[in-house]
Amino acid sequence: MQITIGNILLFMVSCVLANNFIFSRFLGCCPFLGVSSKVETAFGMGMAVTFVMALASLFCYAINKWVLMPLGIEYLQTIAFILVIAALVQCVEMFLKKSSPSLYNALGIYLPLITTNCAVLGVCILNVDYAAPEFANGLFWSVMNGVFGAIGFLVAIVLMAGIRERLEDANIPKSLKGFPISLITAGLMSIAFMGFASLSGLLSGLQ
Amino acid sequence: MDFLPIVYAVAILGGLGVIFGLLLGFVGKKFEVKVDERVTRVRACLGGANCGACGFPGCDGFAQAVVDGKAPVTGCTAGGKKTADAIGDIMGVKAEVGERLVARVRCNGTLDNVSSRYDYAGVKSCRVAAQLAGGSKACSFACLGFGDCVHVCKFDSIHVVNGVAVANDDTCTGCGACVEQCPRSIIALIPKNRTIVVKCRNIEVGKIARAQCKSACIGCKMCERTCPSDAVHVVNGVAEIDPAKCTRCGACVVKCPTKCIFNFFEGLQESYDWE
Repeated sequence: MQITIGNILLFMVSCVLANNFIFSRFLGCCPFLGVSSKVETAFGMGMAVTFVMALASLFCYAINKWVLMPLGIEYLQTIAFILVIAALVQCVEMFLKKSSPSLYNALGIYLPLITTNCAVLGVCILNVDYAAPEFANGLFWSVMNGVFGAIGFLVAIVLMAGIRERLEDANIPKSLKGFPISLITAGLMSIAFMGFASLSGLLSGLQ
Repeated sequence: MDFLPIVYAVAILGGLGVIFGLLLGFVGKKFEVKVDERVTRVRACLGGANCGACGFPGCDGFAQAVVDGKAPVTGCTAGGKKTADAIGDIMGVKAEVGERLVARVRCNGTLDNVSSRYDYAGVKSCRVAAQLAGGSKACSFACLGFGDCVHVCKFDSIHVVNGVAVANDDTCTGCGACVEQCPRSIIALIPKNRTIVVKCRNIEVGKIARAQCKSACIGCKMCERTCPSDAVHVVNGVAEIDPAKCTRCGACVVKCPTKCIFNFFEGLQESYDWE
């Protein structure tokens, strides 16, 4: 796939809206529900995931393409990718603990849980397709997939947090208060995002 | 058989592990966060049972809160005066401990005293038993004796004796876990030096209460008349003792016709450690 402005824009629309990690692939739902009670922490979580996903797709692609594939040991993909992700998450955790203790406390257990976040591993596994020999500029598109996929996650979690902040004051039946109404909201948002699926017709123009 | 792929796999994963290990070690040094050394020292003074009586998430949380100034040095209920003094030394403040609280079970409905309404053969749990027509004991205020409190006690200081839970004053730390757990609400945290305790919560009128349990408070007001310092009063069918006025003379204990007032002070030395 050639690197052109048009292609990048189309790719972005595809990742953020049409193939949103949470709403169409259903990956990364744990922090999506766990850390989406306040917009501020949701944004922090989104940024942390963006950082991890971008770097993870870069390193995982490199390791897969230039280490695992030449040696014919692709079956180690999952364990090697998890290793990369775990190391990155640890770095992010130490960085946040130092630079922003309040965000570190707000994210709590969900920060180390990015390690096992299926969206992060998911993007690395999906990027394996880009490592095929006939695919041009695979590294660039892998990183783009990571960055835009994570931005899709960021958009989803911040939208959700905004809705949940409003739900706090809403008059909801007692039995639906808290997580039930959040799950219903997530389902409705997912249906709304299905509307973007028609954009994938546009994306077939990608060269 | 070709062993090379195995060597590759081990070498690659091992190599990646070493590289990331070194990287993390480097980042860890660079972004090291200094932990206040007082936190470690305060933590060392605490029991480590993580009972939660202080209201913080475990002993670590409490130690952090003390150093941050969010919790008083006397906040560790379980540790009592000794712990408070030790923490006070570290934090450079004088610890002023309030009265030492211990759990006391306010029921004397032993198997000899209280009659049974039906044979209960269900799950051995007070919470479950209490749901079934108010429990098998005739008195619906009585200790059910299945030991829900025994299970939650982290300090092994409450036991069921003859159908009624009995807390041990000396090992009880006053964390209040049993108080939370008891479906009858008959366990209370009472200052340790308040040794005269009415061991009954039955608010029924005398005749009914008497029929339910031989040791029930029947509201006869004998204790009220006996008390030389006007400390006992029957309120809502049950005798209540005013700790401010009670002199631990034990007159009511002797006079009580159903023997439902107890003296924990009896048999203790004058030099007994009240802390």
